[in-house]
Amino acid sequence: MKVTMAHGSGGESTSKLISEVFAKHFKNEYLDKLEDSAVVPGNKKIAVTTDSFVVTPIIFPGGDIGRLSVCGTVNDLLMSGARPMYLTCGCILEEGLEIEVLDKIIASMAETAKEAGVKIITGDTKVIENKGGEPGLIINTSGVGFIDENLDVPGPFKLQDEDAIIVSGNLGDHHAAILGTRMGIESNIVSDNAPLREMVEKLLDNNIRVHAMRDVTRGGLGTVLNEFCSASECEILLNEESMPVSATVKDFCGILGLDPMYMGNEGKMVLSVHKDDAKKALSLIKGSKYGENAGIIGSVRKNKETVDNNVVLCTKIGGKRIIGLMYGEGLPRIC
Amino acid sequence: MTDTKLSQIIKALKEYDGEEVRLMEVCGTHTAAISENGIPSMLSPKIKLISGPGCPVCVTVTAVIDRLIELSMQENTCVLTFGDLIRVKGTYKSLADARADGASVKMVYSPMETIKLAMQNPKCTFVFAAIGFETTTPVYAMVLEEAIKADIHNLKLLTSLKTMPQVIRWVAGNGGGVDGFIAPGHVAAVTGSNIFKELSKELNIPFVVSGFEAEQLILTIYALVSMKGKDGIRNLYKSVVTEEGNTKAKELVDKYFEVADSSWRGMGKIKGSGMVLRKQYQDYDAGSIGLDEDHMPKGCSCASVLVGKVRPNDCPLFGKSCTPDNAHGACMVSTEGSCYNYYVSGRR
Repeated sequence: MKVTMAHGSGGESTSKLISEVFAKHFKNEYLDKLEDSAVVPGNKKIAVTTDSFVVTPIIFPGGDIGRLSVCGTVNDLLMSGARPMYLTCGCILEEGLEIEVLDKIIASMAETAKEAGVKIITGDTKVIENKGGEPGLIINTSGVGFIDENLDVPGPFKLQDEDAIIVSGNLGDHHAAILGTRMGIESNIVSDNAPLREMVEKLLDNNIRVHAMRDVTRGGLGTVLNEFCSASECEILLNEESMPVSATVKDFCGILGLDPMYMGNEGKMVLSVHKDDAKKALSLIKGSKYGENAGIIGSVRKNKETVDNNVVLCTKIGGKRIIGLMYGEGLPRIC
Repeated sequence: MTDTKLSQIIKALKEYDGEEVRLMEVCGTHTAAISENGIPSMLSPKIKLISGPGCPVCVTVTAVIDRLIELSMQENTCVLTFGDLIRVKGTYKSLADARADGASVKMVYSPMETIKLAMQNPKCTFVFAAIGFETTTPVYAMVLEEAIKADIHNLKLLTSLKTMPQVIRWVAGNGGGVDGFIAPGHVAAVTGSNIFKELSKELNIPFVVSGFEAEQLILTIYALVSMKGKDGIRNLYKSVVTEEGNTKAKELVDKYFEVADSSWRGMGKIKGSGMVLRKQYQDYDAGSIGLDEDHMPKGCSCASVLVGKVRPNDCPLFGKSCTPDNAHGACMVSTEGSCYNYYVSGRR
C-alpha cells in the first residue's frame, strides 16, 4: 500500500496511518493520549533544539532517515551538556511512498529513540504531491533535554590555553556512505549515524571539564574547529598523524579529491577539554559505544603573542598548513 | 629510504642557502598535494615553488564554457561534465548559473555514465564536456569507442584537450623563469617519461617525475635543487611511470584524436598543444573547433599566475574580492587551482 493524499486529509485515513504506524512504534504514556500537545513533568533548566532531515536516499548503508532524525536532535541536545528527554516528530510524506517503507523508517526511529533514552511524545503528519522521482519523506524533530543544576554549559567561546582537542572516532563515514550510494560506487563504507548519549553522560557524570563540544556534522571537523577558533580567539594545532580516518574512507576521498576534514558525520563529536582531564576523558569515550576510535588530535594555544585565530595542521611529513573554512560543495576533482 | 636519510634531506631543504631556485609543478594534483602536506612551510625561503598551467579547468578558455552554456540552453540537449568546470565563469556566467536559469546541465562521476544516459534517453542529445590533459584523453577515447560499438548517436564531445610538452616549452620561454620542473606523474604514466627527456635537453632545465606522496615530493624537490643549471631527467615514480608510458592508452587516443593547435587561458594559441577529434569522427563533435576567445575578468591575474609570473597572493584581487565563494578567475574555483590552494591552505 502507498501513501495517498487522503492520508493527509485529517480524516479516517490519517487516523489509521497514525495509529497503525506512528503510535504503534512510538508508544509511551505521553504520546498514547494523542492530545493536541503532550504535557510532561520537569522543573529543570532545559535545552531545546530542532532539526530537519531531507537526506536521499532515505535508506542508506548503515542507517536511514528515521535513525538520522533521532541521532541529529539527540546529539545537538547532548552538545549543550543536556540530558535528552523528549522528542517531537513532524513528517512530511510524499504521495506514493510505500507504507511498508514508512513503517520501517518509523520503527527505526523508535528503536533509535529507545537506544538514546528519549521518548517521542508528539507528532504531526502531512502529505504532499510527488513532484517526480522516487517518493520520499522529510522529517523534523525537535528535542528537549534537562541540564544539570551546577553544570558550566560548554560553548565554542570557552576554549582555554592548552586544552586538548579530542575527536570521538573516524571522520567522514556518513558523508562517504551517502555520496558513494548516490554515485553507485560499491564499497563497505557505512554511515556512522549514532546517538552519543553514553559517552557524553560519562563525561558529565565524571565532572570532566569540557569547555566546548560539538557534533561533527555538515562542514566537517574543519568547519567546527574554525568556529571554535574565532569564537574563543585562539589557535588550534592539529596533528595529522593522530587524525582518525578509516583506510576505506581515505581511499574513497583520494579517488574523488575530497578532504575528510570537511566531510560530514552523524555520530561523531569533537571536544575541547581541560588539559589535566584529557586522558581520563579519552578513556571514558573509548570505553563507550561508538567511541572506540577516539583520539586526542591536537591542542589549543591562547594568549600567546604570535597567535592567529587559525586551525593549523602539522602534517605527517613535518609541514604545516592552515585548515581554512570550507568552500563550495565539495565537488569531486576532474583528474 | 631510511628515516635518517629523509630527515637529513628535510633539514637540508630547510637550511638551503645557495642561489634562489624556482621550481614549477605542472599538475593540479601536485599543486593540491603540496598544499595538503604543508610542503612550502618546510622549505628555505630560497626555494620557491610555483604552480604552472596544470589544472585543466583553469586553462580552459571562456569560449569553451560559453559554447557549453549555449548548448545546455538548446531544446532536448543536456551538457554532462565532471566536477569543478560547472562553477567556472565563461564570459557572463557559469554552467551552474545556467542550470539555475533552467538549462540542462548534469554532473557525472564516471565516463561510462554518459553512455548509459544516452541509451536511456534516445530523444535527448548529450554533450560531454571533454576537457583535460593526456591523462583524461584516453577516457574520452574509451567513451567514443563504446558509443560507436553501441551505435549511439545522441552523445557528442565538446573537446578542449591539452598536451603538456608544448605548454611547458611556452612557459619556460615566456614565464617568470623556472629552474626545474616537477613533471606531472599522471600525465607521464600515459605518455611515458621519455617525452620530458628531449624537452629537458632542449630547454637545459632538469625534470623529475614525481608521485603524489609527501615523501616523494620532498625527494623530488631535493633532486631538482641539486640538478639546478643542468639538463637531465629522473623518474622517482617508477612504480607507475615507465619510459614508454601506456602504449594501449596512447593507441586508443591516436585512433580517435589528432594533434592540433589549442588556445590556453591567458596564454593564447600554442602550436600543437592540443588534441581534436579526427575528421572521420566529426559526427561526434559538438562544435569544438575555433573556440579561441578568452575573456579574462577585469583585474584578474590568472594569466600571469598560470605561468608563474605572479604568485596567487600577489594578485590585487586575491582574498579581497576574489575568494573561493566569489571567484573571479578559474584558478580560485578549482580545487586544483593555484589560487584556491594558496587561499585555503594559507600557502604564501
